[in-house]
Amino acid sequence: MSTTVAAVLLLAVVAYAVFGGADFGAGFWDLTAGGTKRGRRPRAVIERSIGPVWEANHVWLIFIFVVLWTSFSEAYASITLTLFVPLTIAALGIVLRGASFAFRKVVATTGERRILGGAFAISSVLVPYCMGAIAGGIASGRVPAGGQAGDPVDSWINPTSVLGGVLAVAVVAYLSAVYLIWDVRRAGDLEMAGYFRRRAMAAAVAAAVVAAAGVLVLRADAPYVFDGLTSRALPLVILSVVCGAGALVLLVRDAARGARLLAVIAVASIVCAWGVAQWPYLLPESLTISAAASPTGTLAAVLVAVGLAAVLVLPGFALLYVLDQKGLLPEEGVEDASDRPLESSPVDHIRRPTDR
Amino acid sequence: MNAMLGGAVLVAAVDPVPWARAQMAFTLAFHIILVPLGVSWAFMTLIANYRALRHDDRDALVLAQRWSKYMAVTFAVGAVTGTVLSFEFGLLWPRFMGQWGEAFGVPFAFEGLFFFTEAIFIAIYIFGWRRLKPWAHFWTGVPVVLAGILGSVSVVAANAWMNAPSGFTLSSSGEVVEVDPIQVIFNDSMPLQAAHMVIAAYLVGGFLVASVYATGMLRGRRDRYHHLGFVIAFSVGAIATPIQMAVGDSLARWVYSNQPVKFAAIELVPETSSDVPETLLGRLNEDGTISGGIPIPGLASWLSDPSTGRSTVVQGLNTVPADQRPTIRQTNTVHLAWDVMVGLGTLLLLLSVWYGASWIFRRRMPVSRWFLRAAACAGVLAVITMEAGWVVTEVGRQPWIVYNHMKVEDAATGNTGVWITFLAVVALYTAVGTTTILVLRGMSRRFRRTERFTDHEVPYGPSEPAVPAAADEEPVR
Repeated sequence: MSTTVAAVLLLAVVAYAVFGGADFGAGFWDLTAGGTKRGRRPRAVIERSIGPVWEANHVWLIFIFVVLWTSFSEAYASITLTLFVPLTIAALGIVLRGASFAFRKVVATTGERRILGGAFAISSVLVPYCMGAIAGGIASGRVPAGGQAGDPVDSWINPTSVLGGVLAVAVVAYLSAVYLIWDVRRAGDLEMAGYFRRRAMAAAVAAAVVAAAGVLVLRADAPYVFDGLTSRALPLVILSVVCGAGALVLLVRDAARGARLLAVIAVASIVCAWGVAQWPYLLPESLTISAAASPTGTLAAVLVAVGLAAVLVLPGFALLYVLDQKGLLPEEGVEDASDRPLESSPVDHIRRPTDR
Repeated sequence: MNAMLGGAVLVAAVDPVPWARAQMAFTLAFHIILVPLGVSWAFMTLIANYRALRHDDRDALVLAQRWSKYMAVTFAVGAVTGTVLSFEFGLLWPRFMGQWGEAFGVPFAFEGLFFFTEAIFIAIYIFGWRRLKPWAHFWTGVPVVLAGILGSVSVVAANAWMNAPSGFTLSSSGEVVEVDPIQVIFNDSMPLQAAHMVIAAYLVGGFLVASVYATGMLRGRRDRYHHLGFVIAFSVGAIATPIQMAVGDSLARWVYSNQPVKFAAIELVPETSSDVPETLLGRLNEDGTISGGIPIPGLASWLSDPSTGRSTVVQGLNTVPADQRPTIRQTNTVHLAWDVMVGLGTLLLLLSVWYGASWIFRRRMPVSRWFLRAAACAGVLAVITMEAGWVVTEVGRQPWIVYNHMKVEDAATGNTGVWITFLAVVALYTAVGTTTILVLRGMSRRFRRTERFTDHEVPYGPSEPAVPAAADEEPVR
């Protein structure tokens, strides 16, 4: 049963990477969109795109934690003790990011928007970096078993963690750009589609370069996972490479829909490859999945919750995405007359001509 | 690197336990204010929405739509501060989670389910005003209300388990070897504690929202829109209050029977005795005497078990060794918090009775300025009441994190830098809290700037033509 729960855990990590990751990646493009005037359109696209879904996508992370602390509590204790610093930064980053994103939508002046937007965008990059660094610390065997603290610094400032962090940022930026192309194309905005298509291609190349360099890093710094990736997880790695290359080809040919599917498979399969490469360890070479597993009563309860989620929550989640994709969730509430600038507002007179 | 590290360790070598407690207390105290809004505001919004659709009521429609916009902000802040708590279980209490996670953690598996549902449907509801059919849109709000209630029940079930740990078997070395998830979730303390929190959410949410409209009315905005906003919210709070008193009374009696030491701290009882007075305020001294306060003879005994009246025996603090009961300071904190909770709760009850009586005898809400002034304060008072109640249950459990099984000091992290994260958390949360209030106030001011509602802003009405074409004119398949 512990294997099934571990598979569920891996699935949750994949979902967080594919759905939640894209929300973080959107923050990366928000950060790099340039000044207030130049970045206005892409930022509007980003805001509309992730607005309805980002809170729900938070739950994947909570779910990862819940599965860890119920089913593999010893590992959870070891991870939180060892990786205290990056986890704290990620937690604070999540607060800063979510709050400032929600605030930015409803404040009135450009200055306020700029500050909140900056906070949102910077923390959107910081959080995936920390998550990647945490994954790197675990994958390279730097987290000891037994609810013990490992090295508080080396566990997240090390070659594999740097690789994990940079790769995470590159991958979420890539995924997000690919999704955004689809979103703006649906809205008929061809100029923005080209804008995000160029960025998606750049991010794809960046992610591929980082991943290729990562092979060398892993061989030197995380031998167990490297061996796994080159043996039992090799088919998944190949699948990821093929899909990643295919997605790039489709991007070049401007076939956004196929590119999106292949991009998702590429990311999902590389995350799965990591999980398979670690097998049978939860914390490589110190704690196996079966040794870390909780009593069967707990595991059964977690699987029941997962079953209920599949029956009750996933249809709702699908509904949310379908409605969003069909453009039925256009904006918060309806536009209130008071949301528009007053006719007499001087800002209005200055801003209007440049808008058109 | 090593020298830098050495310096950092030197600077940060501070006992983590008090800081971990402070950080947990601070983040929970912050998050618990957002919980009532997440749980009960959706319900109030649906009342307004229902009224709007049933009776073609424009004011109600605008109210529901604006509330959903405010809710989007408070829900977002609640979601992220809630996520932080799931980091903190491990960051601050790794030994607790390592040893008890398999039991304590189980309710969260279901909480995740409900929170997911809530997040999904609140997004559909908030973003669906314009394009979904009116009644379909209304129904997408219903899962939010249900999931909000069940989600808070799940979280409180975990907290209740800390008060009444059950559903596990320990090995001879103290490891959890078997777990009965049903027993964990439905532990002895869960039904009453969960009811107390859910009703608190409605009570606080109702009074908090109503207080905004009471303030508006005091400033002369006595139009139908403000009246409606006040009546919907205040009614929710006023109905919840007497129920809350009854549930709280049962819960106190449960504590009397099952957590006698906590009860002794609540009632300030140093030694086991009968005919225990209910001491209002006052404090316990190191030597076991009580100074100050107004004792009401025999009342604590009588309330603990009315069937035996003043002869009911209440167990004293000194029946357990000093290291297994709250310290003197903690005892005084618990007792003061208890007095604040019951005192303010009683004031809110009186206010609710005033409101109810006015509806029964005059068929309208009270309109006197004194009532509105009291109602304007009721929101903040209700929040203080809830915080005080939470202090009672948490501080009253000290020094245990798992009642009679594990102490807080054995549960905490060994990371000596917690004081730094505490300061960072306080700074960040203060900024977020302040901004939340400023943003909500800014929204309200902008909403107010329009005196009359024009056609396009009525939800479900014709959509406004001036919206940029790219977003809106795309054909829907």
